[in-house]
Amino acid sequence: MYSQGLIGAEDNVEETPEFLEEFQARIDREEKIEPNDPMPSAYRKTLIRQIGQHAHSEIVGMLPEGNWITRAPTLRRKAALLAKVQDEGGHGLYLYAAAETLGVSREQMTEELLSGKAKYSSIFNYPTPTWADIGAIGWLVDGAAIMNQVPLCRCSFGPYARAMVRVCKEESFHQRQGYELMMTLAEGSPEQREMAQDALNRWWWPSLMMFGPHDSDSTNSDQSMKWKIKRFTNDELRQKFVDATVPQAERIGLTMPDPELKWNADKNDGEGGYDFGSIDWDEFWRVVKGGGPMNVDRLAARKKAWDDGAWVREAALAHAQKRRDRAEASKVAAE
Amino acid sequence: MATNADFANTLIALADDHLILGHRLSQWCGHAPMLEEDLSMPNMALDLIGQARNLYSYACILEGSGRSEDDLAFLRSDREYKNCLMVERPNGDFAHTILRELYFAAFMHPYWEAAQSSADKTICGYAQKAEKEIAYHIRHCGEWVIRLGDGTKESAERMRKAVTALHPYTEELFTITPAHQACIDAGLLPDLATLKSAWSMTISTIFKDAFLEIPEIAFPQEGGRDGRHTEDFGHLLSELQFMQRAYPGQKW
Repeated sequence: MYSQGLIGAEDNVEETPEFLEEFQARIDREEKIEPNDPMPSAYRKTLIRQIGQHAHSEIVGMLPEGNWITRAPTLRRKAALLAKVQDEGGHGLYLYAAAETLGVSREQMTEELLSGKAKYSSIFNYPTPTWADIGAIGWLVDGAAIMNQVPLCRCSFGPYARAMVRVCKEESFHQRQGYELMMTLAEGSPEQREMAQDALNRWWWPSLMMFGPHDSDSTNSDQSMKWKIKRFTNDELRQKFVDATVPQAERIGLTMPDPELKWNADKNDGEGGYDFGSIDWDEFWRVVKGGGPMNVDRLAARKKAWDDGAWVREAALAHAQKRRDRAEASKVAAE
Repeated sequence: MATNADFANTLIALADDHLILGHRLSQWCGHAPMLEEDLSMPNMALDLIGQARNLYSYACILEGSGRSEDDLAFLRSDREYKNCLMVERPNGDFAHTILRELYFAAFMHPYWEAAQSSADKTICGYAQKAEKEIAYHIRHCGEWVIRLGDGTKESAERMRKAVTALHPYTEELFTITPAHQACIDAGLLPDLATLKSAWSMTISTIFKDAFLEIPEIAFPQEGGRDGRHTEDFGHLLSELQFMQRAYPGQKW
């Protein structure tokens, strides 16, 4: 039921130097590229990969937070968390739809996720053992996602850019909600404070890893910048995130788990910014390659949902076919 | 004459139905058969939990005891929850979950319709909003019951099993406690006996299209309205109440 008509997207554009030059000129003029426009196959592939990964991240991201819906401490928090997790699923849906305009079906993308071929954000391969993790995810993970996604609202590919406008509005609400949750814990009992600090300790470094490898080690960056899929480099975005987040932690009396963190007035062309310690890239690559604490569980949960739901999807297809057959039969009978 | 306690207790029982069913639906979030259902399950759960919050909060005002919605939701013992047994049944497969929601929504829709002419203005207000929400639950779940009942051989079989398993629990929806009777007499809440025909009509119309039969019930299952629950309920409460029990008296 997912294989929507592939809209002739596998166009065989002859990528002559003139074509490539004109395509780049359109990008440089800040024109949006739309699904039916001719585009270089590498541009299409890059976007399918990126939007697909983004969609998968939203879907897998429902799991760590979903882990606390039934145990949320108050009805208000429960309702907010349900709404949030539902929003993430909704983002997944728009993003799959945006990727479909490039000629790939949601079913194909789902198969790639379940087979382990397609990636999703590594951050979701960390567990949520305590309620404070819900606050930390909203504050830090959604906060980092916003840094990445706000520039995507100006991405050269129209459907992705437009999807991001709505996604960013919702993420920004989630980020404030997460911060407010952390603030409540930080202002609470010693136990609650400790829970909040512990969550910050566990999520801070993985949040910094969300921006990807250093610019010097990032394989996809240059071309994506040229095509205006990306507007800022990984390291630029990471720095913005650190600069925005450190004062937020200070305001609620939590301590960043980084002894090397310090204000540097010369940073950011003299505007000032924070120097911070080195990221553990071994841990980053370990989680990317499947060795994080929850990689196996996350994929197993998605696969179980998909496999257990197969009979439901088959039934929906069979029923739709029966209805079509009956409508056809009654039309014939009427003639 | 209905006392405030009668009114509050009857609302709390209704709120318990909504909270517990919302809890069960929310367990599907992220684990549903397709992304659309990953969205609609929490959506329906949110409606139910929102309605539960309204009812608990109003019951607290009526009681005047200083209890809060969270005290009611999280800090009672199992015998003090008065939800009907159907809503606490484990989710089972998708057919069970969808059918249970349909049974409940088909009951609540005429309930909220009737409650719009309650002598109590607060209830009228809740009822107007809730009726619209629950109408969607009937539509959504009814469509699924038809798809599954008239889908594949396997889905039809699963749907029939769900009907056999859950139908014995439907009778309890219509149980009228003495407190509820007092509320009916005072014109505060609907007479459940008058809702039965609307419920039966909704179910039989959907079942006809789903090629399902309404079974004869030899032994109705009830007890929840009296606080006598199934074995699964304690496990549900241990999850629902975990934070409030583990960290008592804190603000979240």
